[in-house]
Amino acid sequence: MRTLILLWRLTIPSLVKGPATTVPGTRRDPAPSLWSYRYQRLMLTPLYRRLLHIGGPVGLVLLVSALWLSSADHRAALSARIEAVKDAVQERPEFMVTSVEIVGADRALTAAIREVARIRMPVSSFDLDLDALRLKVTDLTAVRSAQLRVKPGGALEIAVVQRVPVAVWRYADGLRLIDAEGVMTGMIADRADRTDLPLIAGDGAKDAIDEALALFAAAAPVAPRVRGLVRMGQRRWDMVLDNDQRILLPSEEPVLALERVMALHQAQEMLDRDLAVVDLRLGDRPTLRLNPPALATLRAAAASPGSSTAAAPIPEDH
Amino acid sequence: MRPLYETQRLMRGIRRAALQRGVIAILDLGTSKTACLVLRFDGPQRSQAVDGVGPMAGQSQFKVIGHAVTRSRGVRFGEVDSMGETERAIRTAVQAAQKDAQVRVDHVIVCFSGARPESHGLFGEAEVEGPTVDGWDIGRVLGSCDVPAIGPEREVLHAQPVNWSLDHRTGLADPRGQVGQRLASDLHLLAVDGPAVETLLLCLKRCDLECAGIASSAYVSGIASLVEDEQELGAVCIDMGGGTTGLSVFMRKHMIYAESIRMGGEHVTSDISMGLQIPMAMAERIKTLYGGVVATGKDDRELIPIGGDTGDWEHDRRVVSRTELIGIMRPRVEEILEEVRARLDHAGFDQLPSQSIVLTGGGSQIPGLDGLAARILGRKVRLGRPLRVQGLPKAATGAAFSAAVGLTLFAAHPQDEWWDFEIPSDRQSSRSLRRAVKWFKDNW
Repeated sequence: MRTLILLWRLTIPSLVKGPATTVPGTRRDPAPSLWSYRYQRLMLTPLYRRLLHIGGPVGLVLLVSALWLSSADHRAALSARIEAVKDAVQERPEFMVTSVEIVGADRALTAAIREVARIRMPVSSFDLDLDALRLKVTDLTAVRSAQLRVKPGGALEIAVVQRVPVAVWRYADGLRLIDAEGVMTGMIADRADRTDLPLIAGDGAKDAIDEALALFAAAAPVAPRVRGLVRMGQRRWDMVLDNDQRILLPSEEPVLALERVMALHQAQEMLDRDLAVVDLRLGDRPTLRLNPPALATLRAAAASPGSSTAAAPIPEDH
Repeated sequence: MRPLYETQRLMRGIRRAALQRGVIAILDLGTSKTACLVLRFDGPQRSQAVDGVGPMAGQSQFKVIGHAVTRSRGVRFGEVDSMGETERAIRTAVQAAQKDAQVRVDHVIVCFSGARPESHGLFGEAEVEGPTVDGWDIGRVLGSCDVPAIGPEREVLHAQPVNWSLDHRTGLADPRGQVGQRLASDLHLLAVDGPAVETLLLCLKRCDLECAGIASSAYVSGIASLVEDEQELGAVCIDMGGGTTGLSVFMRKHMIYAESIRMGGEHVTSDISMGLQIPMAMAERIKTLYGGVVATGKDDRELIPIGGDTGDWEHDRRVVSRTELIGIMRPRVEEILEEVRARLDHAGFDQLPSQSIVLTGGGSQIPGLDGLAARILGRKVRLGRPLRVQGLPKAATGAAFSAAVGLTLFAAHPQDEWWDFEIPSDRQSSRSLRRAVKWFKDNW
C-alpha cells in the first residue's frame, strides 16, 4: 500500500503540465519562429485546411479499408455477412407474399393463370420478379392486359383484363374463338359449344374480323338462317346461309352490297326462293344462280306460250 | 530594387487585387507597439441591410475581423533599426491577428512614422487639349510640376493633388469633365528617406507578406481622428507616438503639410528611468499609471513605490511622490510641444481659417495634456479618438490606435495620388506612334 501511494505521488507531477521553462532573468519570446509562422499560415489556407481536415481522415479510412480488403478471406467474409443481413431483412414476415388473388378473369382463365404463375409460397416480395410474371400472364391468349402488385398483407394481386371472344373461326386445326381484335382467345371442340357466336372461316378471316362483324350485323333480318362467313382468297367474303345458299360479296363495300340483298329479300322474299348463289361481286351486275329444279321450272315457264316471265334477267331501275 | 515611384504604382494594383479577394491586413508599425488589423471587404451591398444607419462615411463596406497588438521590437524613431527583431514583431502581430480572424492574409497595408518626412508644395499647369478636361490633361499637369530638390536618397511617399484651378476658377475638387483652357494644380509632396522605406518593405517581404500600400502614420491618424469639419476648415492632428510625434495639417479635406518630430513617449519614459534610477519597464508602468503634467497639492501626498530587486532593503523600498514624477515628465512633454509649435509656425498654420488642434496617439493620454498643449500652442485643443469602424474591438478604440484605424480608412478610400493618373504621353514611347499617326493624317 505504501509503495502504491509512493508510486502515485511520483506519477502525479509528470501528468500535470507545468509552465514552459524559462531561463531566469529572461522573458519568454512571444514571437513565432519563421517556420512556425509559415506553418500557421499554411494551416490557415482554406484549400490546404480542407484537404487536411476532410481529405486526411477520408484517405486514412480508405487506406485502412483497402488494406483490410486486400485479403480474399476478408472479402468473402464481408460479402457473406452482407448477404446474411440482406436475407434477414428480406425474410421478415412483412415482406412475405403468401397468396395470389386473381381479379377479372373467369374460372377457366383463373385456372390457366394459376397454372402459369405458379410460385412457391411463401416468397419474399424482394425475390418476386413481377415483370417476368406479368409477361407470363399476358402471354396467355385470353389475357389482354395484366397488372400485378403486392398488396399489404402479403397478397399478390393479378388484375387481368380478359379478351372477349366475338366469333368462332373454323380453321384447319379446329374451331378457334377470336376476339374483336382478331386475336385467338381459345379453342372449342364443337360448334354447338358456342352457338351464340357467329362463325367465320377461310384464310385471313381473322384479319378482317371488323368487316365480318359489320356484315353479321347487316344480316340481322336473316340471322336465323345465317351459317357463317367464308373469306375467299383473303380479300372478300361469302355469306353462307342454310340450304347451301351463298351470297358472294364484293371486296369493296361488302356491307352496302349485303344491305341491297337484304332490301331485295324484304321486298320480294328473294332468299326464300330456290336460289343457289346471289352474286354481288360486280356491283352493277348482280347475278342469281338458281338450283336446277328452279331453273328447269323457270325454263319451262318461259317456254310455255303466254307467259310473261322473261328468261332474261330482271332489269333494274337505277 | 525598383524606384519607390514604380513600387507605389504596383502597390495600387496589389491593393485592388486584395480588395477583390476581400481580405487585407493593416499593419501599424510603431516604435512602442505593432498593431495588426485584418479587414474583410464585403462590398457596399451589406451596408444597405442595416436600417436607419447611414453609409457612415463610406467605411461600412469593411469589417475588422482580426486584431492583434504586440510590443514593438527593433524599431526606433519609427524606423526599422534591427531587421530581425522587427520581423519577429511583425510575425507575432500578423500571426495573432490571423488566428483571431481565422483567415490567412497575404496583402498588408503598412504605415510608419519615421524616415524624416518633409513636405513640399508643387505647382503645375498645362493647356487642356480636348474640349473638356480628361485624365490625360491631368497627367500632363502633374507631369509639368517641377520636382523640388528633395535631396539625395529621398523618395516620394505621398504626392497628392490638393487643389485644382481651371482658368480663373480655383478650389475645384475634381476638374475631370469640366470645360476650360488652362488647368493648374497644387500638389502636396511628402518626401521620406528612401532606404528606410525600402528596409521596411524588405521586412514585410521576409515575412511572406505582399505590401499593398504604404502611408505616413501622421497622415492616416489625421484621417482617423479629425472630424469632417475640422478636415474641411483646417486643423492639425498631432499624433504623439512612442518614438516620434507626427503632425499633419488638413485643409479642404486634403493633407497640406506633414512633419515628424523625433521625440515621443519613449523619451519621457527614458527620462523617468534615468531620473528615478529604475528599469525602463518599471518607468513605463509608473508613467502610464501615475503620469501627468500638472501637479496639484494632492500629488505631494501620493507616494509611488518604485521598487527593485537588488536585495538591498533601502533600495528596493524607495518611493517617489507623484509631484516628482510630474516634475520629470513635464519638461520633456513641454519640449515636444514647443517643437510642434515651432513646426506649425514654420508651416504657416496661423494662416488657416480654423485652427483646431487635435491631440491623438498613445502619448496624448497623459492626464492634463490638453491644458498644457493649449497653453503652449495657444489654440483650442481637443483630444482626438479615432473614428469607430465596424468590428473594431473595444481594446483598439483608444487614441493609441488612431493610426491603425486611419489606415483602414486609407485602405477603403485611398486619396488619388500622383501615380494614379496616366503618365503623360510625351514621356512615353507612344509619342512617336502618335507622331506617325499624325503624319499619316496630314499627308492623306
